[in-house]
Amino acid sequence: MVDYLVLGDEPYLQVNECKNCGARYFGRRNACGQCGSQEFQQARVSDTGTLRTFSIVHRAAPSIPTPYVSAIVVTDDGTSVRTNLINIDPTPDKVVLGMKVKLATYVVGTDDEGKEAVAFAYEPA
Amino acid sequence: MPQDVWVLGTHMTPFRRYIDKDAVDLACTAALGALEDGGVGISDMDILACGTLFQAGASMGQQVQKQIGQTGIPVYNVSNACATGATALRTVILAIRAGEAEMGLAIGVEQMGKMGLLAGGSREQKNTYEPSGRFGAVMPIDGILGTDTMPGVFGQAGMEYANDNDGVGFEQFAKVAQKNHAHSALNPLAQYRKEFSLQEVMESPMQSYPNTLLMCCPTGDGAAACVLVGEERFASLNPEQRARAVKISASVLTSDPYVASGQAQPDVNTLTRNAAKAAYEQSGVAPGDLNLVELHDCFATAELIHYDNLGLCEPGGAGDFIDRGGPWRDGETPVNVSGGLISKGHPIGATGVANVYEVTTHLRGEAGDRQIEGANVGLTHVIGLGSSCAVHILEKSAS
Repeated sequence: MVDYLVLGDEPYLQVNECKNCGARYFGRRNACGQCGSQEFQQARVSDTGTLRTFSIVHRAAPSIPTPYVSAIVVTDDGTSVRTNLINIDPTPDKVVLGMKVKLATYVVGTDDEGKEAVAFAYEPA
Repeated sequence: MPQDVWVLGTHMTPFRRYIDKDAVDLACTAALGALEDGGVGISDMDILACGTLFQAGASMGQQVQKQIGQTGIPVYNVSNACATGATALRTVILAIRAGEAEMGLAIGVEQMGKMGLLAGGSREQKNTYEPSGRFGAVMPIDGILGTDTMPGVFGQAGMEYANDNDGVGFEQFAKVAQKNHAHSALNPLAQYRKEFSLQEVMESPMQSYPNTLLMCCPTGDGAAACVLVGEERFASLNPEQRARAVKISASVLTSDPYVASGQAQPDVNTLTRNAAKAAYEQSGVAPGDLNLVELHDCFATAELIHYDNLGLCEPGGAGDFIDRGGPWRDGETPVNVSGGLISKGHPIGATGVANVYEVTTHLRGEAGDRQIEGANVGLTHVIGLGSSCAVHILEKSAS
């Protein structure tokens, strides 16, 4: 569902990495926010990481299923990822700061032409 | 050396929902009140800056002029997320410091009604998936790749602090809201004035853990205004005007510098720390000198982390600070004695001017039941997500 999720036998996340300073970004770039360089290369993000912070969202727009766990994961190579946490009971007892997580993918919807949208999330490792 | 700038007059409307008034009415009420309070008129103004977020394209400053005086002075219509009002204030300060104006009027206004959540709108199911935007997303990412909702975003900011520091959790965040609701009971200008027990705060409906309903600011309507004057003109004012004037010892606006995690979540800490450091340096005031602080408690989680960002507690000690009652009105450094955004309300464009109104009123000794006795110096802080941070330090007149 986003172009930085690379699908295949082993799906992974891909960043645009600044060739000058190494800053990593998801999404299209004009230049680097840290150093201003305009040279980027693509890099593969580690599939595993830790839960940096989270919020359990109970109130959202009507079409969005709640509760869900919104999270920031820091991968083992130090990349911050905005994500949901899935395959876990969405309660403060179960969602623990610093827990180990790993990348997962799932079908999030199908359009009128039968095309599936695949989303990523993280789940307990 | 740029000249000092003073708050000469200030006024705010009560914050609530105004069904039979529009934003122009509210802005005019605040503006006329501030002019009267300062003992001056619209013809004394050399500049007008007007902040509003949701009507940013409406030339609100000129609409106000057409009601209270079209004198032909320059108008700056300002929009800067939740820092909108403070940015209007700072626009006038900059003009005075630059020598282009001697006296000016800053207004912040917002009419929000019952807007509900401000971000994370409905998910429109497209019939065919086509990648669009910077992430090549085939559908809105809110709710699938994390949250855009403010209670969630600031919930995460609070939990990140909890991850890094001991003694911080749901209960500490809830205590912040308990305090601000209690403070608001003394403020006739507040949108809500009801006290709640800690248990009631913790058991109110969960919005985004750890923020329950009573830990989130409401939407609402209101306006606030300040008349500002430069040192040279100030010296020519009468003794009564000078005695009630409040000196702006520091005025700082920052944006968020690069941090590696910034592409995944907004960093509301670094720019606040930078603004606070610059403001303390500019004023020569230390955090321990502050008699009161009005800071940006859009959510209880936000207030707690700003104790640390503004240096009100020892590093990492925000949990202990609230546990020992430090930010209560009778504590070490009273924080949000107005009730804060959580209970006084948060009509976005008005907020950054209203907190200057609040501190000014205390420094003048005119805050009534909620007066912090003997207040000589205070600090105001706002954050606009995206991000901008404004910090002002105000000091009581010595003249």
